[in-house]
Amino acid sequence: MVKGFRFMRRWPILPLFVLALLVVVAIFAPFIAPHHPLEGDLDKRNAPPAWTSGGTSRYLLGADYLGRDIASRLIFGSRVSLLVAGTVLGIGGIVGTVVGMTAGYAGGKVDELLMRLVDFTFAVPFIMVALVAAVVFGSSLGLVIILLAVFGWAPFARYVRAETLQLKTREYVLLAKVAGASPLRIVHRHILSGLVNTVMVLASVRVGAYILTESVLSYLGVGIPPPTPAWGSMVADGRDYISSAWWISFFPGIAILLTVFAFNFLGDWLRDWFDPRLRQL
Amino acid sequence: MQRFILRRLLSMPLVMVAITALIFGLSQQAGDPRYLYLSPYTKMSPAEWEAIGRSMGLDRPLVVRYWLWLSKAARGDFGESIAYHVNSLDLIKRSLRATLELAAVSFAFSMGIGIPLGVLSAVSRGSIWDYVARSFALLGQSVPPFWLAIVMILVFAVELGWLPTSRRGGWTHYVLPVVTLGWVASAPLLRLTRSSMLEVLDSEYVKFARAKGVGAWATIWKHAFRNALVTPLTYAAILMASFITGAVVIETVFAWPGIGRLSVQAALNNDFPLITGLALFFSGLFLLASLLSDIAYAAIDPRIRYT
Repeated sequence: MVKGFRFMRRWPILPLFVLALLVVVAIFAPFIAPHHPLEGDLDKRNAPPAWTSGGTSRYLLGADYLGRDIASRLIFGSRVSLLVAGTVLGIGGIVGTVVGMTAGYAGGKVDELLMRLVDFTFAVPFIMVALVAAVVFGSSLGLVIILLAVFGWAPFARYVRAETLQLKTREYVLLAKVAGASPLRIVHRHILSGLVNTVMVLASVRVGAYILTESVLSYLGVGIPPPTPAWGSMVADGRDYISSAWWISFFPGIAILLTVFAFNFLGDWLRDWFDPRLRQL
Repeated sequence: MQRFILRRLLSMPLVMVAITALIFGLSQQAGDPRYLYLSPYTKMSPAEWEAIGRSMGLDRPLVVRYWLWLSKAARGDFGESIAYHVNSLDLIKRSLRATLELAAVSFAFSMGIGIPLGVLSAVSRGSIWDYVARSFALLGQSVPPFWLAIVMILVFAVELGWLPTSRRGGWTHYVLPVVTLGWVASAPLLRLTRSSMLEVLDSEYVKFARAKGVGAWATIWKHAFRNALVTPLTYAAILMASFITGAVVIETVFAWPGIGRLSVQAALNNDFPLITGLALFFSGLFLLASLLSDIAYAAIDPRIRYT
């Protein structure tokens, strides 16, 4: 038993499998999904999963309150989760890394200013801003991505700055400086390459949090607007039917849990692999 | 150290002003706030309409309006809530008690779970207990809290009928929200305890204690644990703040009448005096907690120096 755990710990086979499956499902969603994700059969409202009494094999995981196939909506919902996570990670990761490197390498007033901005970002009550913004501008996929990116870069900046402060005292960086390399070239060629591990570990740790936050916003009704299938809002759909049709809420939650768990597991593994010093992240 | 604290205390109001300005500015983009205050059936002449606008400062630019709000808020007047027609500060005070009760119990629960499990996981590193504890933490980090709450309501309230589904009441009302909040929060606590415990267990003086023949129990709890506790304890202030500001989702699911639920309702109503007041309160609390945690860190560990 322990041996099996150890093996899985050493090689993250299960999470990689889950994530690969997720990507394949998201890309080929229209070919895999047995039903249209938005069109329901009102006769089949709240149809139970196939294996329970009264279930039909037409709806493997049951149908929701509009008679839409839950399995198909889950399959299309994976697109939303991956799109949000990927875009936010791209924007937040790049902005955070650039800010962190600039602050760490430039030091002085620039550092002070940028780090105050990071502190500010951490202190903002995120859910509240998201709620107000969604009420004022109307919720949309774009707004979710903007909100997550605007507040998602700060952890990158903080860790990249700390790492840059250490890297810039290394001999090869000092030698490059003596050799007359421009600051831009030093940062680009010598610092950035030393940051790859930190950024990768951070990215894998953060991506689960982005997916979770998106699902929270969608659950509160200010994330991805209906009828687009998003896992968080699918859980919310089943809230009122929890005693009569538990499957509406249950399966989307399992999808979020599995995805985020896989990303976090992978992040843990990468962290131990690259840099045990980052254990506290 | 004094200079550090002073500088942080001085910068706190600045950050709070920036955050409330952000929220205030955002909420003002929704259109004419007169439509929020008045029912559509109110009869009034254009002159009255204009008069109300002037009394609300609508003829002046956004910056001035924010300044008016801020100068009143500094004197403890957050303005009348649009939806509830009472002073926002009173509303916040009234809801705070429910949130504080929930936060205190969840805090005790997550400390009681996170720290012992973290120690267990570090002490029995690589064993089955280590994996169980770490999986518990990893699950807590990965589970969507709103879904966990719904599933627990389904199992313990609907199916088994042991516990109430929602609202405030006797001690049974606390079980489900506390377990949901506490589990999610105990995950980072467990990881912090584990990693700092591992570091201490690896240190010279613990090895020396072992070599001297001190029993395993005494080594772990008397020698290692006390020093390993520094990091998780300094995190405690932030944890407490996160329970007060972060219970938004849990309070919504369990219909808990605290400030988390109040802030969701305020935002959905675009009740801007209330929502800006709440933002001021939340950000102040967070800044204070992170300052406290920094001070505690330096006070316990003299190697830490702030300038």
